[in-house]
Amino acid sequence: MPLATPTNEPAPRKRAFWTMARREGLAGYLFVAPQAAGTITFVLVPLGLVFWYSLHEWNVLAGTFKFVNDANYRKLLADPALPEVLGATAIFSAGLVIFNLSLALLLAVLVNQKLKGIVVFRTLFFSPVVVSLVAWTIVWGFLLQANGGINGILGVFGIAGPNWLRTPATAMASVIVVQVFKNVGLNMVLFLAALQGVPRELYEAARVDGASRFKQFRRITLPLISPTILLTMIITIVGSLQVFAQIAVLTQGGPGMSTTVLVYYLYQQAFQFHRFGYGATISILLFLIVAVLTFAQWQMRRRIVFYEN
Amino acid sequence: MRTDLSPRIKLALYGLLCTLAIPFVFPTWWMVTSSVKPISQIFAFPPEIIPSSFDWSTYADVFRLQPFAQQYWNSCYIAAIVTIGTMAVSSPAGYAFARIKFPGANLLFMVVLLGLLIPSEVTIVPLFQIFLKWGMINTHWPLILIPIFGAPSVFATFVMRQFFIALPVELEEAARVDGLSRFKIFWTIALPLAKPALAAVAIFTFLHSWNLYLEPIVFLTSPEKFTLPQALTQYVDVYQGPMWNIQLAAATLTALPVLIVFIFAQRQFIEGLAHTGLKG
Repeated sequence: MPLATPTNEPAPRKRAFWTMARREGLAGYLFVAPQAAGTITFVLVPLGLVFWYSLHEWNVLAGTFKFVNDANYRKLLADPALPEVLGATAIFSAGLVIFNLSLALLLAVLVNQKLKGIVVFRTLFFSPVVVSLVAWTIVWGFLLQANGGINGILGVFGIAGPNWLRTPATAMASVIVVQVFKNVGLNMVLFLAALQGVPRELYEAARVDGASRFKQFRRITLPLISPTILLTMIITIVGSLQVFAQIAVLTQGGPGMSTTVLVYYLYQQAFQFHRFGYGATISILLFLIVAVLTFAQWQMRRRIVFYEN
Repeated sequence: MRTDLSPRIKLALYGLLCTLAIPFVFPTWWMVTSSVKPISQIFAFPPEIIPSSFDWSTYADVFRLQPFAQQYWNSCYIAAIVTIGTMAVSSPAGYAFARIKFPGANLLFMVVLLGLLIPSEVTIVPLFQIFLKWGMINTHWPLILIPIFGAPSVFATFVMRQFFIALPVELEEAARVDGLSRFKIFWTIALPLAKPALAAVAIFTFLHSWNLYLEPIVFLTSPEKFTLPQALTQYVDVYQGPMWNIQLAAATLTALPVLIVFIFAQRQFIEGLAHTGLKG
């Protein structure tokens, strides 16, 4: 391949200003400029403002905006609702990640089998991903009513189901289940791609050595797809911290505060009670949680994930 | 794939698959069928899996109670602009981060990646103030600008970058020797090869915009500006209780078209999402 390197250009005529490297650099900046400027304007500057606001007592209705130093933070730490909100957030995220990832892995293994019509099942499992989130949530809200479809079907078998969304013990579980079935198809597809990337020879070799299917899965499949598991875990956890529409439509944070997750609490404080300074303080807490979790998981990636390509 | 399975295992697998499919399929079925049942029937016991009588007037109510056609159009055109805008912003950025060496590239990439850590939920309070200052409350601008430049577009940039890194560089080298400018190389050689990645970005971005809920309820106040997710929840009676049959009819109108497109293009959808950049 005849490759002339750019440095071997004909001898400099008049030392042009627009050298190859300068032109490259300019192209680089121009290509990146919209994204960089946009991210700074709509993400980083607002993040700075969140911090600035969090140092102020700001009531929109009263029109007050005054510097209060760390008062909002002290108020947040003393907020009797905070343990409940953090608890609800933790239960939601943990429940969602565990249920979502295990179901996704099970579905991926199933649709990876050599069966006639398996594509149909793959399509069905994926289909809720493309259904409008609020539409999906409304139907489930309808199904989970005290006299709704689910209790109707249970009733046919003589079982009296609870009022799923109004009972503290079942409300959170219901929200988690609704969300898992909505998006588990996405993780299924990512796992499926990873499963298909595992070299077949490994299984053949293991079978020759007499390893059971379960052992093959544990010793070959799991380690080899661990980068994907971690990636989907990060995406799912960070996504779970953003849950809002489902809560707003299904439970409005209730019963009591049992499903009031952080984003919902933030929305209530800032936009229903017009406490912008306090809302900003909750935002900072949300940001810290997202940042710490992401960082921790990238650290884990170094330690636990076995095979990185 | 494994070796052939025995018929008994096959049967068990089909049974398991069918059972597992119920929670994925039944809600959609229930939404569509309940939306055409007479109001007296939607909570009937035992539940009617297949409707015995039909009442189509609910669908007229959907359009009578709210400017639903307008709201439908709002959601469609906003999602279209966001999708095209995100591709326009993130594909050159992803390309530059993957291919072009320029001073400060790494630093800029880190700055942009920070955007992934900061979902719009975190910054919603200042965003509200910024758009208030710009006179853009109760307009569609926040719903367009926040996704095009926020976390979803940073994610798109990341996906595009991963794709271009994996793309062999030889084709472009030849063009460079021929003296083509960077923009020409990007536009005529790299971008056409990136169609699978662009398709994945387009699907993600469209769905994200289509599902957006917090931004609309924070920024929009008048029904003719509403987008679909927000509009669906507005069909309530005087006691704020949901008018279920109307909500379900509106939900059906919202969900079904995308679902039908998906069923016809499911291969491109699923494989596009699986095989582009997302793997790591």
